[in-house]
Amino acid sequence: MTKKGNDRSVPPVPEEAPSGAGGLRAWLESDAPTSAFQARCVRAWLTWLKFSSNPLAVTGLLIIVALVLVAVFAPLLMTHDPLAQNLSDRLLPPGEKGHLLGTDGLGRDIYSRVIAGSRITLYIVGLVTITAPLFGLLVGTVSGYFGGWVDIVLMRITDIILAFPKLILALAFVAALGPGIGNAILAIAITSWPPYARIARAETLTVRNADYIMASRLQGASDARIVLAHIVPMCVSSVIVRVTLDMAGIILTAAGLGFLGLGAQPPTPEWGAMIAEGRKFLLDQWWVATMPGIAIFLVSLGFNLLGDGLRDALDPRSGQA
Amino acid sequence: MTAADTPAIAVKDLSVVFGQGREAFQAVRGVSFQVREGETYGLVGESGSGKSTVLRAITGLAPVTGGRMEIFGQPLGHDRDAAFCRTVQMVFQDPYASLHPRRTIDATLSEPLIIHGIGDRQERAERVLKALADVGLGPEFRFRYPHQLSGGQRQRVAIARALMLEPKIVLLDEPTSALDVSIQAEVLNLLKRLKDEHGLTYVLVSHNLAVIAHMCERLAVMQHGRFVEEMTVEQLRAGTPREEYTRNLLDAARGYDREKAARFAAMEALEEE
Repeated sequence: MTKKGNDRSVPPVPEEAPSGAGGLRAWLESDAPTSAFQARCVRAWLTWLKFSSNPLAVTGLLIIVALVLVAVFAPLLMTHDPLAQNLSDRLLPPGEKGHLLGTDGLGRDIYSRVIAGSRITLYIVGLVTITAPLFGLLVGTVSGYFGGWVDIVLMRITDIILAFPKLILALAFVAALGPGIGNAILAIAITSWPPYARIARAETLTVRNADYIMASRLQGASDARIVLAHIVPMCVSSVIVRVTLDMAGIILTAAGLGFLGLGAQPPTPEWGAMIAEGRKFLLDQWWVATMPGIAIFLVSLGFNLLGDGLRDALDPRSGQA
Repeated sequence: MTAADTPAIAVKDLSVVFGQGREAFQAVRGVSFQVREGETYGLVGESGSGKSTVLRAITGLAPVTGGRMEIFGQPLGHDRDAAFCRTVQMVFQDPYASLHPRRTIDATLSEPLIIHGIGDRQERAERVLKALADVGLGPEFRFRYPHQLSGGQRQRVAIARALMLEPKIVLLDEPTSALDVSIQAEVLNLLKRLKDEHGLTYVLVSHNLAVIAHMCERLAVMQHGRFVEEMTVEQLRAGTPREEYTRNLLDAARGYDREKAARFAAMEALEEE
């Protein structure tokens, strides 16, 4: 696409999105989009093509999609009430008496509890993702863009939070706020934003003196407009990648808090808390702790693979995306 | 001085210093010049001679440490206001760096209109299409991203963006140096046409004397942040500069030879002392 003449010969694309599958594909791969919406779709499609050519990334995505589906359809998938105790059926091995993955120390169905736990995991992950990265992004871009004392103050605060071991700081917060899932999420969010602020600041420093920022400043754009409309979009992809890669860590921290008895409280079927309960029977009744462990492992793996794939697909330096 | 005589740009004793203390670097030292309305004024010089910095100082993007600048008789303070943005715009050197990579051409071109509250959605769309047509790009470019465009096309978009607010003065910072030779002429002729159509005043920075000779009426030669001499394009074409440095620059532009290069280097060495 180097000569103007070649581009001129592209046939006009119809205004409406054609209904057929072939038509949709042509619409998505159009060289000359006719609306901002189509331009965004074309771009998302190209990113998807790049993403989907990586089998590991797709595996990760499938695991996450499966997690979401399981969480959505949990009531249909559960065979037992995850909270119902039956002491005569305690610690049954997998497969016995209709308990697919066996029962735990109080005779509760482990399969149903793992399924119910997916909702809690998703809840934690969801809330942390919409709080910590947004806050980090804002702190980082503002700090990087304005520089000077704003930068110094914001970055020193970031450094202070970053200097604490994450789990210990989260423990301190939960201990102060009281145990419970809501406070666990808050504690995780408070401890996990600094890396995003660092990334966003680093990205901001590389683009803040770019000609296109100068050009929009020369057009009279306010600082708020430059940060939100010009700089944030340049930082978003690296933050998204980092968030996805951190997701495993967030799940593990949540599970860790649950394991230590500071996250979800019994009888909530949270995976970390379930492992903690199963610890007592680990040698003789291995399935009690192992089943939720496998669930944590799978979901963490899924997020890591997804993050790796996203990094390749969204890399802001690859020019295309 | 009557209103008609008021120069479009008047710069007096401008100096620009980057950095502080021991690391301070004086990029521009006491430069003065005036640009008449409707004129194309050229700034030539080798790399690092401070010619681009003069433009950036006018737009407020470089740290001005001394001197006065006036636009149509209005003195420029420290900050540039909305009225300034609607009078003076700039086209940057590298079209690969001057367009936001994640925004469509439409978003880039309509942004100045949104900032200045000009028109509703419909009007903005019309003006974007008109601006594209003005620089010789079809409507199919409207929703493309910069990476889908060639260098020449990007520079056309950058020129269209500079003209969105209908400024009177456009500062051109080496607008063709990043482009292929074949595209350079196209863009220069486009700039000439737009100047006639919109009644613009240009300040053109370039290290290419041929470009300056093609575009400008008057020019100034810069070296080490100072004006070496100011001359008309006729003097340039006739090859009758006053100063030794300019003569060497003219010689250098005609082609490379060992003797000239040596003479140039010797002169540089003399300057250093």
